[in-house]
Order: sequence, then C-alpha cells, then structure tokens
Amino acid sequence: MATTSVAVPDTPLIRLALARADDALVLGHRLSEWTGHAPTLEEDLALANIALDLIGQARSLYALAGEDCGLDEDALAYRRDERAYRNLLLVEQPNGDFARTIVRQFLYAAFIDAWWQAMTASCEPRLAAIAGKAEKETAYHLRHSAEWLIRLGDGTAESHRRAQAALDALFPFAAEMFEPVTAAAFDVAPASLREGWDRQVDAVLATAGLTRPAAPWSHSGGRAGRHTEHLGHLLSEMQYLQRVHPGATW
Amino acid sequence: MYSQGLNQAETDDTADATRAARFQARIDAEDKIEPNDWMPEAYRRTLIRQISQHAHSEIVGMLPEGNWITRAPSLRRKAALLAKVQDEGGHGLYLYAAAETLGATREELVDQLLAGRAKYSSIFNYPTLTWADIGAIGWLVDGAAIMNQIPLCRCSFGPYARAMIRVCKEESFHQRQGYEIMLTLCRGTPEQKAMAQDALDRWWWPCLMMFGPPDTESQHSDTSMKWKIKRFTNDGLRQKFIDATVPQGHFLGLTFPDPELRRDEATGHWSHGPIDWEEFKRVVAGGGFCAADRLAARRKAHEEGEWVREAAAAHAAKRAAKLAASKEAA
Amino acid sequence: MSTPATPIWEVFIRSRSGLAHRHVGSVHAADATLALQAARDVYTRRGEGLSIWVVPSNAIIASDPADKEMMFEPTASKIYRHPTFYDIPDDVGHM
Repeated sequence: MATTSVAVPDTPLIRLALARADDALVLGHRLSEWTGHAPTLEEDLALANIALDLIGQARSLYALAGEDCGLDEDALAYRRDERAYRNLLLVEQPNGDFARTIVRQFLYAAFIDAWWQAMTASCEPRLAAIAGKAEKETAYHLRHSAEWLIRLGDGTAESHRRAQAALDALFPFAAEMFEPVTAAAFDVAPASLREGWDRQVDAVLATAGLTRPAAPWSHSGGRAGRHTEHLGHLLSEMQYLQRVHPGATW
Repeated sequence: MYSQGLNQAETDDTADATRAARFQARIDAEDKIEPNDWMPEAYRRTLIRQISQHAHSEIVGMLPEGNWITRAPSLRRKAALLAKVQDEGGHGLYLYAAAETLGATREELVDQLLAGRAKYSSIFNYPTLTWADIGAIGWLVDGAAIMNQIPLCRCSFGPYARAMIRVCKEESFHQRQGYEIMLTLCRGTPEQKAMAQDALDRWWWPCLMMFGPPDTESQHSDTSMKWKIKRFTNDGLRQKFIDATVPQGHFLGLTFPDPELRRDEATGHWSHGPIDWEEFKRVVAGGGFCAADRLAARRKAHEEGEWVREAAAAHAAKRAAKLAASKEAA
Repeated sequence: MSTPATPIWEVFIRSRSGLAHRHVGSVHAADATLALQAARDVYTRRGEGLSIWVVPSNAIIASDPADKEMMFEPTASKIYRHPTFYDIPDDVGHM
C-alpha cells in the first residue's frame, strides 16, 4: 500500500521553518491537552490562549515552508511521521503536573522570545514578518510562565518540591535549543542567545527560590528526527484521521 | 461581584409583602433587578440554582468536545475547536461570577457539582465518538443552546442578562463552525457522509430533550415566567429549534431519525414523533452513558489543581506579609 | 473538599483609545499580578482591550439601594441644569 506520508525537500529556509513550526505545533498540542483540566478556570483559558498562539505560529511557518515546496500546512503537519518531525525534544515532553508544564513553557519561552525578537531583523522578509507577530505572543508566554514559576517555587513546600523536580527533569533538554538549525544568513544562531537566556533563567529561579540543576547532561536529536518515545504517541493521535482517510477534505 | 453585605435577612412579614409587591411591579415594568436590590429569597435561590447549573453545563460541556481537540483533522479545525472549547470555559466563568453576585461562592458551587449534588445539561453525558460529533454538537447542541440563551439576555436579573449578552455574542461562531464541519463532511467521501448521518442519528433526540420536559410536566416554569427569568416555554423553544434546524439538515442531504417528522402546511411548523422522556429522566438523574466519566474528569482536575491554588495563595500571603513588615519598618 | 475562596477582582477594560475603562466582569486570582493576567486571558480574547484595571471586589464601596430615593431623586426637579430648560428662538440658530 502506498504511504500517506509526504516527502519534503531540504533547503535552509524549509529546514528552519519546519523546525520552528514543529516546535510550535507540538508544544501547542501539548498545551491544548490541558483544556478542561487545568487547576483553575482562569488558567484553563490562559493555557488555551498560549496553545492558540503557538498553533497560529506553526500555521504561518508551515505556510512559508509550503510556498517553497508546494505542500499545504496540513500535509506538512499531518503527513510527516516522527522521524521527519524536527521539533525540540523539550516541547514533546508530556504535560506532567502543572509545574512540569510551566517549567517546560518557561525554558522554551525564555529562548524563543529572544530568538523571535532577533528574527524581526532577518533579511528574509517573510520570516521577519512572522517574527514581528510571534515575538509579541511569546513575550506574554514568558511573563505568564515566569510569574507562575515564581509562585510555585515560593508557594508551599509541596509546590516548591514539584517545581524543583520539574526543573531537574527538564533542564537536560534545554541545551538542544542552542544547537544551530541552519547556517543561513536569514537565521539567528541560537548559540548567540545563550548568555541572555542564562541570565533571565537565573534571575527568575532566584526570585522563585529554586536551584538551577548543576552541570546536567544534555539530550539531543530532535532536529535530526531522533525523538523520545512520547512524540510518536502524540502524532498518532493528532494525525489519525488524515492517515485513515487519505485525500479527504475536512 | 458587587459588595454583598447590604442584603440583610428581613424578618418583618408585612414589610416583606410590600417589598414583594414592589419587586414584582419592577419586574412587570421590565426593570432589571441588581444584586443589592431587595429580592424574595425564592427568586435568589432559583437564580443561584439556574445560573450555577448553566455554569456547570458550560464546564462539563468542555469535556465531550475537548475529547477531539488533539485529534482535529486539520490545523484550521484544531484552532477553531480549541477556541470554541475555551469560550465555553469563559462562559462558565462569567456565569459563576453572575451567581456569585447573589451571595454564593464559585468554590461552593463547584463543590456541589463535584459532590454530584448539582445538575448540568444532560446532553453532555453522551459520548463524542467520531469527528462528525464535533460538527453535530456545534450545529445542533449550540443551535439549541442559542435558542435557550437569547431570551436569557433579557432576563430580569441584571448580572445574568449581561453575562448572557456576552455569551451569545461570543457563541455566534460556534454553530457556524459546527455546520461548516457537517457541510464539509456531507460534500466529502461516502465514509465522511456516513459519519455525518450517524452523528445526526445519535444527537437529534438528545438535542430535543435539551429544552427540558414538556410544558405539562415542567416544575419551575410558572414562577420563572412570572419573574421573567424565563420568557418562553420549553415546548415553544423546542418547536422553534426544530423549525429552524430541519431545513438546514435537508440542505446537508441528511435524514432525521424521526419517521413522523413532517411539515404541517397549515401552521408551517414541523411536527415530530414522541420523545423518549424515560431516557431523559434517566440521563438527568445521573444515569447518562458518560456521567461518571465527566464527573471523574472534573474531580481529577480539581484535586490535581489543589496544590497549585494553595501555592498561589501561599505566595500571595507571604508577599502581603513582607509588604506589611516593610511598611512597619519604614 | 471545600477550597478556601480565592479573592475576586473586578475587571475594567478600556476598549478604545479615548474611552473610559468600563466594567466587564470579574476573575478569581490569588494576587494582583495573576488577576491582571487572568483578566487579559479571559476578557480580551477578541481584541476588546487596550488597557485593563483590576480592583479587589471588596474594595468597592457601593451605595445602598435603600437610599436610592434620597441619593438620586432630589436631582430630578433641577431641570434648569439641562439646556432644553431655556427658551431661545429658533431664529438665533444653534446655541
């Protein structure tokens, strides 16, 4: 039987757009899993807002990649398997408790907001345009997750323990964010943002009374399609209708 | 919420009778009742019950549709569904806030729901089995809800009416979203069309039950009408819904699961076969297919969120204490 | 199971430049920062806002409805405060 998967050509622009789109979609998908199950009604709406921002960013980036390869956003999102997905391992990690979700969001937002800010000056105008919109969204994601992390770290003994455990578990996934995606002139080298990220993370952790995990090892592989086991389950759920009914319109 | 301390319990019966008469005169004159105004205890109780049931319905209603957010078949559908379910959370929030103006707290009301002591709309105890159910819910369940909710925008209790105005404004995309899904399925592959028909077959009768028992059996109707909490009868709204919906279904090329459904040429109304009120009573009483799952999901979210709410409260208390200490030192 | 009540905040939003903040509803939040975030996430999902105020509900001092007559009726007879009280011939033009 013919596969329902699509083949995507590899150019620097497509690689960058897909990597960032996959990051945003997978994290947006994870956050959307909270809908109806969050700790408060207010937070249910807040997490859905972040998820919608991220899904929107993914759509813009898939559209951009699609312009260069003739595939639409749904072909790119629903018809690539886990080995073709290029997202960071961090964003595919399961929601866990609220502390896990907030730490995952904070570590990512502290990086991606700086990256989008820098990308507003990209010499590829289509990327700069997406960056202009995305940066405002991620600035709020960063504030929202930092405020919560401070409350969890400084709240009760239990919330402190959970926040520290989440940090310990997720910190090994942080270094992958600083790996280069392309060497193109229109890209901003993630490594150039490392120092700013360290400062920002340290400042929030200090306010929260949390300890930065010491010299953690790093996990890597997402950009090469080598994922943790979690992504396959996420994609099989997300893609099932498109895979079962090839060619159907929804 | 507004300051609630102003409503002192009145014990003087004659004063109450005069007040009750003045209260009813205001309602008859289409004046709005506000939280601090005098109101009969029964009016307050009826509203707290109705508004909180409405709020619970929105919150529990997030679950059957939430069941498909992660499986939505396109990014456009995913975003729309997520935004819609998020709206429902918002609507629950506005409604709890309206109930809070009457002196109940959200925490109390949520506890009643979690303890199984509060009702919510029976429709949400049915399962969402296929993607077409998301279309059917938007088209039919939201269509029925809008019929119920538009008159509530003119409800005599100000905060409820204002909440409903906001809800109705936001919900205007919900039904269109659902109908568009149905339309796409009906114009799609034979499997997709069958999926749409199956969804209509399963959701039609439960949707008709959403309007509540027939007028001959409805318990709260008379007083609620007098108080202008309710403006149309259950049967009247049900008929309005059927008349609006049947042609939409025929446009889709779908068949309604009611062999007796026919248009009365004289009145222009669609008449329908008998509704299985035994099923309705069973589902309302908690015997719905998904009732246990729905409550379990809400309880789990509540219990797993406890430490988060405690953490926020503890941090706020620490901050307030620090602020007080620094003021004292200064 | 009963949770202690989270503080309630009233939310006021300036919807357009030049307009006053208007009451839109309320949120529950443990502190002012979270209240502001919640107000943003709940009440500005459709581009409704340019600026938000949140005020602790219990900080609002309301007039007593029982005082309505005393508070608000005495003004009804002061019709000379309204421009239509004064007779100016139409020939004078708009004034």
